[in-house]
Amino acid sequence: MDEFFANPYFLIALTFGVYLFASRLRRRFGLSLMNPILISVILLVAFLSTSGVSYESYCEGGKYIEFWLKPAVVALGVPLYRQLSTIRKQLMPLLVAELAGCVAGLVSVVAIAELFGATREVIMSLAPKAVTTPIAMEISTALGGNPSLTAAVVVCTGIFGSMAGFSMVRMSRIRSSMAGSLSIGTASHAVGTAAAMERGGERFGAFSSLGLTLNGLFTALLAPVILPLLGY
Amino acid sequence: MNLIMQCAVLFGFLAAGEMIVWLTSVPVPSSIIGMILLAASLQSGRLRLNQVEQFADFLTRNLGFFFVPAGVGVIRCLGLIADQWVPIVMATVVSTFIIIAVTGWTHQWSRRTAKRFRRHG
Repeated sequence: MDEFFANPYFLIALTFGVYLFASRLRRRFGLSLMNPILISVILLVAFLSTSGVSYESYCEGGKYIEFWLKPAVVALGVPLYRQLSTIRKQLMPLLVAELAGCVAGLVSVVAIAELFGATREVIMSLAPKAVTTPIAMEISTALGGNPSLTAAVVVCTGIFGSMAGFSMVRMSRIRSSMAGSLSIGTASHAVGTAAAMERGGERFGAFSSLGLTLNGLFTALLAPVILPLLGY
Repeated sequence: MNLIMQCAVLFGFLAAGEMIVWLTSVPVPSSIIGMILLAASLQSGRLRLNQVEQFADFLTRNLGFFFVPAGVGVIRCLGLIADQWVPIVMATVVSTFIIIAVTGWTHQWSRRTAKRFRRHG
């Protein structure tokens, strides 16, 4: 039986099953704490640790799911297009806001991690945490971080942003829904965008995906410039 | 519209993104370039919405699911996280809040400024 558990098709089916279960759970109880990604990751990690299936074996199946991340990011071009006329009207405010958010994110993550005594490897892995996985892992590798830690932190940031992002928007007294969804996409990439779309529909989703795109671009371009200025 | 056709369009844009990265070695992921090219083609009218819409909506609505395997990767660095969980958690939580506040405030402020500018200028 243990050998069968490492079968990639079984692991793919299990991932689908666990995610469906987690989504049902949330629909049933409606708690934002029950993020389906979070619940799925916890259940799958528990399964791997108890069954003794290695992460490498899991990836044999998991890579076919992860494969769809890239086409899914391309697909965000559709909501982006649908809101293009709104976006064009305020191109400058959007660019200024994204630039500020990107710099604030990079500086704050490095400063806080350093303050609490993280090692250089961890700091470099945390630096690109706000942007979507493929970008973040590339930046992390380029900076000398640990890309698998980056992937984990990126997913956690996304989950955290999709759970707490809306309360944070309220707490910081951001009144415009455009500004709010833009910030959620900026801080918590595609996972936050999925939450924004679920909660506010197409318009929120478009601004959120704009946030994730612009922050991805700015972080990729600015991280190699800003981190040396911070002494790394 | 035929789903194979929609799939072809999306992967076509992704492949175009890959080619641009390969040719120019820009430090931007191919998927982001593909996303921008897709939006631009729709805007220019060369591509019609119904040629991608259905499949694209399926992917974007279920975006979270595709992140699960990357999240399971956490199992590989549990040791590193156990050692340094305080800075990792603090940096993630506080910096997420800072990004949201700074981005939102700057956006509201610069829109207001831009409007005032247009009115007086």
